[in-house]
Amino acid sequence: MKIGRRSFLSLGIGGIAGIMLSPLPWKLMDDSAIWTQAWPWTPVPPKGEATYVNSACTLCPGGCGISVRKINGRAVKIEGIEGHPVNDGGICVLGLSGLQLLYGPTRIRFPFKRVGERGAGKWSEISWEEAISEVAQKLGDLRKNGQSESVACLSGNDKGTVPALFKRFFSAYGSSNFMRIPSVSDSYELAVLRSSGQKAQLAFDIENSDFILSFGSGIIEGWGSPVHMIRANSIVRKAGGKIIQIEPRLSNTAAKSDKWIPINPGTEYALALGIANVIILKSLFNKNFVDSNTSEFNKFAAFVKSVYSIDNVEKITGIKKETIEALALEFAGAAKPVAVCGRGQGKVQGSLGEVMAVQALNALVGNINKKGGVFTVSDHRYFTLPGSVPDATKLANHFTDEVKSGKYTAAVLFVYESNPLYSLSDSKSVREAFAKIPFIVSFSSFMDETATNSDLILPNHVYLERYEDVYAASLPIPVISLSSPVVSPQFDTKHAGDVILKIAKKMGSPVADSFAWNSYDSYLEEAFGDNWKVLSEQGFLEDRTVALAALITASKKFDFTAGFTDIKSLYTPLVTEGDPDKYPLFLIPYDSMRIASGYIGDPPFAVKTVEDTVLKGNDILVEVNPVTAKALGLLEGNSAIVETARGKAKVKIHLFEGIMPGLVAMPRGLGHSAYDNYLAGKGVNINELIGSLEDPASGLDAAWGIRAALIKA
Amino acid sequence: MKEEKSDKSAKKFGMVIDLDKCTGCGSCMVACMAENNVPFKEDESKKLVSITWMRVYRLTNGKSFPDTEICYLPKPCQHCGGKGEHGHSPCVSVCPATATDYNKETGIVSQIYTRCFGCRYCMAACPYHARYFNWWDPVWPKGMEEYLSPNVSVRMRGVVEKCSFCFHRYQLAKDKAYYEGRSDIGENEYQTACAQACPAGAITFGDLNDSGHAVYELKKNKNAFRLLERLQTNPKIYYLSSRQWIRRAGDNYLKNEK
Repeated sequence: MKIGRRSFLSLGIGGIAGIMLSPLPWKLMDDSAIWTQAWPWTPVPPKGEATYVNSACTLCPGGCGISVRKINGRAVKIEGIEGHPVNDGGICVLGLSGLQLLYGPTRIRFPFKRVGERGAGKWSEISWEEAISEVAQKLGDLRKNGQSESVACLSGNDKGTVPALFKRFFSAYGSSNFMRIPSVSDSYELAVLRSSGQKAQLAFDIENSDFILSFGSGIIEGWGSPVHMIRANSIVRKAGGKIIQIEPRLSNTAAKSDKWIPINPGTEYALALGIANVIILKSLFNKNFVDSNTSEFNKFAAFVKSVYSIDNVEKITGIKKETIEALALEFAGAAKPVAVCGRGQGKVQGSLGEVMAVQALNALVGNINKKGGVFTVSDHRYFTLPGSVPDATKLANHFTDEVKSGKYTAAVLFVYESNPLYSLSDSKSVREAFAKIPFIVSFSSFMDETATNSDLILPNHVYLERYEDVYAASLPIPVISLSSPVVSPQFDTKHAGDVILKIAKKMGSPVADSFAWNSYDSYLEEAFGDNWKVLSEQGFLEDRTVALAALITASKKFDFTAGFTDIKSLYTPLVTEGDPDKYPLFLIPYDSMRIASGYIGDPPFAVKTVEDTVLKGNDILVEVNPVTAKALGLLEGNSAIVETARGKAKVKIHLFEGIMPGLVAMPRGLGHSAYDNYLAGKGVNINELIGSLEDPASGLDAAWGIRAALIKA
Repeated sequence: MKEEKSDKSAKKFGMVIDLDKCTGCGSCMVACMAENNVPFKEDESKKLVSITWMRVYRLTNGKSFPDTEICYLPKPCQHCGGKGEHGHSPCVSVCPATATDYNKETGIVSQIYTRCFGCRYCMAACPYHARYFNWWDPVWPKGMEEYLSPNVSVRMRGVVEKCSFCFHRYQLAKDKAYYEGRSDIGENEYQTACAQACPAGAITFGDLNDSGHAVYELKKNKNAFRLLERLQTNPKIYYLSSRQWIRRAGDNYLKNEK
C-alpha cells in the first residue's frame, strides 16, 4: 500500500483526534498530576481525637486565657478562651504562633555550659546535677567572702510566684539586686508613690470611658494587656465614645482614633499642662474632687498659669491654640474622660513629669479611682508565703551604666524571662557592661541574644509545659490566670522555680532554710492556699466587687506637685543627645502587634505578617515624610544610612505621609542576631541607635528616640 | 452543567467585616495559617509569592500630612456566587480540572488540591488575588511538623490554594450534629478561625440567608459594601465602614466619576 501525502495527513489527524477522544490524555494528565504531587516528603499529619487544654499565655504581659487543641498528645492550635475576663476569645499574632516556639528549632534542649569564647556558640552539654552544683558553689563562695551583693538578677517580670521565689532567694542570700526590666510601669509606680504615697500601679479603665485622651499610648498596638485593649477599643467605638491620639506619627491607634493630633516629639507633657491650664482658667475642673481628694492645687494652678500659657504651649508642641482649647473643653465636658500615658507599648520608662502631667488632668476631672477613669491598683496578695519577704526590687535602668563604669561590681548575673542584650537601649554599652560580668546564668528556653552570650544556660520549660500564675498587665480589676502544662516537656528542661529551689537546697543552711518546698508545683499550691481550688478549676481568679471597693477607699489624696517643692524641676524639658547641626532629624521608634519586641523574638508566622513596607528581604524600611525625603534627595526604596550619636545602620526609605516632617520612624523588634533564619539578620535593632536620657526629676530613662542624620547611600 | 434545584434550606455562608473596628493587628492572618497548615519560608517579604489565605491590606486616602488616613482591610477568598448566584464564580468557570467548585449547599468555593495540576487559570481569573500558588514544597524546620493539624491536608508544590471558610470546621460541626441526632448546626458551632481569633470582634461569620444569624442584619447596614461589586461576581464578604473614601476604595472608579 502506498502512503500518499493525503492519506498520511488524514491518518495523522485522525490518529490525534482519536487519541484526544479517548481517555488517554486525561489519564496522562491525571497521572502526571499525581506523580508531581504525591511526594513522600509531604507530611501527612496523623489523625486522632481532638482534646482541649486550658492554660494562660505568658509571651507578653497581657495574660490572656488560651485553649490549646491537641491531637494524640500533639498540640496543634492555640485559641483564645471565650468568656475569659482578659481576652474573651480573642488572641494576638504572637499568642497564635506559640506552637512554633514550643516545637521550634531555637529551643534549648539541655543545660549548657560554655566551652569556647563567650558568644562563639561552643557549648558542652552538662547534667542538671552538675549545673546546679556549679551555681551553688559559685554563689556559696561569694557569700563566704561577703560579696553577696555582687549577685544580680534581671527579670522580665516581678509579679507572681516565680519572681517571688527569685526575690526570696536573693533576700535569703543577701542581695538586693533583683531587678525588673525597665518599662513604663516604673514611672507609673513612681508617680503613684510620689503623688499619693501608695505602692501601686496605674490601670486605665479604657473600656468604660467615653473620652480617651491618649498621649501616644498605642492602645491597639500592644499597650497594657494587648488583646484586652483591642477589645476595649471596640467597646468604646460601639458605645459612641471618642478617642483622641496625640503623637508625631500616624500609628494604627492614631489611624483608628476619632482625631489624630501630631505633636513635636517629647512635648506631650507640655500639652497636658497646657490643657490643665485652660481647664483651670475656665473653671471647668471638678471642684468637689479637687477640694476633698487632692493637695497643692493652688501651687500647681499658679505654675501652669505662669509657664504653660496656651501661647507657650502652642510654641512648644506645634499644636494650634484653638485645638488645645477645644481639647480642654471636650475633655472637661465629657462624662467619663480619661487621659492616658505610656508611649507605644509602654516598653520605655518615660519621664515622671509626663505621667504626673497626665495624672493632673485626671485629677482635675476627678476621675482617679472611678469607673472609666484611672485606677491605682496595688499588688494583690492573692498568694502568701510563710515568713516575710523583704522587697528586693531595684530599678534596672542604671544597672548597665553602673557595671560599665565599675560603680557596681557584678560577679554573677541571673537572666530570667528577659533578653537584655537585645531589648535594653544603647546595645553597645549593654554589651560592654555584660563583658565585665564574669558569670552570666541564663534561664532562657530559647537561644536568644543573652543566652548566646551567657556562661551557663539552665533552660526553663516553655509556658506550654509548666504551671505558673500569670498576671494580666494593668487592668482595673486584676486577673490572675493559671498557665498549665499542655504537653509534657519536649526536652531535658526544668522549671525555673524548681531550679531556684534546688540551688537553695544545694547551698544548705541558712539559705536553704527559707525554702521548705520539694517542688515548685507544691509551693505554688501552698502559696495560693484557699484560692488554689478556684484558680486551678476555673483557670483564673478575679474578684470584681472586692477589688474595686478596696481600691477606692484605699486611695489617698493626690498631690499635684508629687512632693516637689520646686514644681518646675518636675517638668524640666529634656534635651535629646546629639548635635542638632550634625543630626538635624529625629529618629523615633514605633511598636507593632506583628513584631514582638520583648524577650520573645517574632516567630515565623508573625514575621510573615510584616508588611513589605517595613521589611524587604533583610532590609528594614524607615518611614520618612516625602517633604523630608525630597530635601535629602531620597526616593522610595533608596538605600540610606541612619546615623546617631550611638551608632549607624543601613536602611531603606519608605515614604509615608503619616509622619511629621523631620522625623524618621523605625519599628522595634527587628535586627535580631540570635534565633533562627526566619528572624535572625532581618532589619536593624533600634536599640543599637538609641541611648538613654535621664530624667533629672526621677532618674528614669525618658528617651523616646534620638537626634539622627539620614544620608543617601 | 445541570442546574440543581434551588433548595430553600440552602445556606450561604458569608462574612461581614467591620473596618471601623479592625485594628490591622494581623491575628486573622496567623489564626488562618495555624488552622490550615499554611507553610512559611525564610523570606516572606516577596508578597506576590507569600501564601496568606487571609491577608490584611493597608489602604490610604492619598492625602498628605497631616490629613492622611489609613484603613486596614482583611481580605480572604470572596467566595463569589457569580451573577444570579448560579455558582459561576470567576475561578470555577475556568478550572479545567474541576479542582475548584461551587458548593450550592453552603455557597463555599472549594479547592481540591489533589485535583489541581497547577495551570493557574483560576489565579488569572480571580479579580481579588485570593489564590496562591505553591512554587515550592512546604518545609517545616525539624520538629515543627508536630503542630500540623490532620483536619487540613498539607499542600505540595505545584498546586493552588486559598481560603476555604474553614470548611473542615463545617464538616466537623455537621458530624457532631448528626451524631447528636440534629439535622442542623447552630451559628456558634461553625465559625472560621479568623472570626474566632479577632481580638476586636471585627469579623462576623454566619449564614447570610438565615435571619437568625448576625450577618443577616449586618449586611443590610447602610455602610456595607463589597469589593469590585461592578464586576457582578457577587462576593460573600461584606465590609462596613463609616468613612466614604474607604467605601469608594472598594471598587475602581474613573477620576471624575461620581
